[in-house]
Amino acid sequence: MSDYHTTRTVLNMGPQHPSTHGVLRLLLELDGETIVKAEPDIGFLHTGIEKQCEEKTYQQVVPLTDRVDYLANLSNNLCYSLAVERLLGLEIPPMAQWMRVMLTELTRISSHLVWLGTHAIDIGAMSVFLYCFREREDLLRIFEMFSGQRMMTSYFRVGGLALEPPRGWHKPIQVFLDAFAGRLQEYEDLLTANPIWLMRTKGVGVVSAEDLVNLGVTGPMLRAAGLAWDIRKAEPYSSYDKFDFEVPTRTEGDVYARYQVRLDEMRQSERIARQALEGMPTGPWVADAPKVVLPDREKMKTQMEALIHHFKIIYEGFKVPAGEVYQAIESPRGEVGYYVVSDGSAKPYRVHIHGPSFGNLQSTARMIEGRLIADVIASLGSMDFVLGDVDR
Amino acid sequence: MVPESLRGVPHVAALESAEPGAIVSGKLDRGESTLEIASDRIVAVCRYLHDAEQFDRLADLTAVDWLPAEPRFEIVYHLHSMPRNLRLRLKCRVAGHSAEIESVTSVWRSANWHEREVFDLFGVVFRNHPNLRRIMLPDDWEGHPLRKDYPVYGQKYGYKDQ
Repeated sequence: MSDYHTTRTVLNMGPQHPSTHGVLRLLLELDGETIVKAEPDIGFLHTGIEKQCEEKTYQQVVPLTDRVDYLANLSNNLCYSLAVERLLGLEIPPMAQWMRVMLTELTRISSHLVWLGTHAIDIGAMSVFLYCFREREDLLRIFEMFSGQRMMTSYFRVGGLALEPPRGWHKPIQVFLDAFAGRLQEYEDLLTANPIWLMRTKGVGVVSAEDLVNLGVTGPMLRAAGLAWDIRKAEPYSSYDKFDFEVPTRTEGDVYARYQVRLDEMRQSERIARQALEGMPTGPWVADAPKVVLPDREKMKTQMEALIHHFKIIYEGFKVPAGEVYQAIESPRGEVGYYVVSDGSAKPYRVHIHGPSFGNLQSTARMIEGRLIADVIASLGSMDFVLGDVDR
Repeated sequence: MVPESLRGVPHVAALESAEPGAIVSGKLDRGESTLEIASDRIVAVCRYLHDAEQFDRLADLTAVDWLPAEPRFEIVYHLHSMPRNLRLRLKCRVAGHSAEIESVTSVWRSANWHEREVFDLFGVVFRNHPNLRRIMLPDDWEGHPLRKDYPVYGQKYGYKDQ
């Protein structure tokens, strides 16, 4: 009879398993239902984005950054733009900075909504998904209104914004923000005190803050373990220091704490977006840098100098002084970092993208080893990774 | 040799006295401090910065290929100290003909996948790495795509061959 306990099974989960949200493969060594060893296998979505960046001019890289973390595309646009702007020494006008803050906060809400919906559906709460996607649709319409694109927006460019904000942009955002607090309450009513939700998430996937830091985890997962570390506060960029918001934390470090932290973050994002909406400065939406930023159409058709700049920027791109910059910002998932190296030419010599999901996913084994199979789904969901961000 | 611009920085001075001669050069550019470390000393330096200077996090680890310069590869470590809210960049030069460096996984476990990625895409070998295998590309892939002599376009098998 003792043979029952000596056989171990290897379970191959993914790369097409729905709860891996993309193409993650997990190799699980099982003793009954307990996981003895877990090994994530990544790389199925590797598209060589970093190599492609080396063949493009600086401005042409922006659309590639959308495709890295496709649920937080504006955060990636922003991080890359900030890195190149620091290399160039460009000053971005306040209106563009505030617009960037507002739209990245809306991106944070939209990304957390996708996370909440899919995480809940993984655990069996079907209806939350439908509610979340209802609100996300509103946000995608807002992004479309600004950029013409729902997901691959490329709205933040080196030097400011891609387009002038459309007429009447305040209205849909105001409507969304006014309704959002009530909508969040609807999700909370469905989940926060739900006994099944509590049983599936409380005490699951606990890792100590010290281990998380050593494993390279950032973002809400770290804050749910008690570390109040947020790059928006620690190293303010794009005038985040002018906004009033809090960094929500919990100390339990389990799946439920991560859920609470992300819900609170959505409330804070709403608060920031509202401040940006109400205090939006007026003025230009691109930097005053004729050699970097494309000229106004009107000027381009009437002034010789503007025409020459337009031609040069389109055909050759702009040259960036030699040097290197590591720019980190707080994306919905944690620290996204762009390491941009310039050799003085019009194409980046090297662009390295440090995606937050890459760091977060490294904690998988630590989180699920010794636990049950059912906890794997909850733990994976609570990490909120995007495989495009991991594999690039 | 610690450069003039970084002389007054406490953790740089402390590192110089704890590991004399490990700092080859350095610079302060656009508000970011960079130290070039002798590549055979990297683990000792990282260990010291982690234990004594509270650099508790390895924010990023990557490489840059400076072909045709030699030593060709530059391994770049982005260190971050959360308690002190400080960032520091370390660099090591590694020659193309023997692209090898000691792994820092003993200091930060997060280096594991980063070093596998650099091994996969640049072909730099990390000694004493617990599991040095390709991570992004299939195991039977030939070449290392992020090297500068690896083409961006082209395919191994054309339509005619099929």
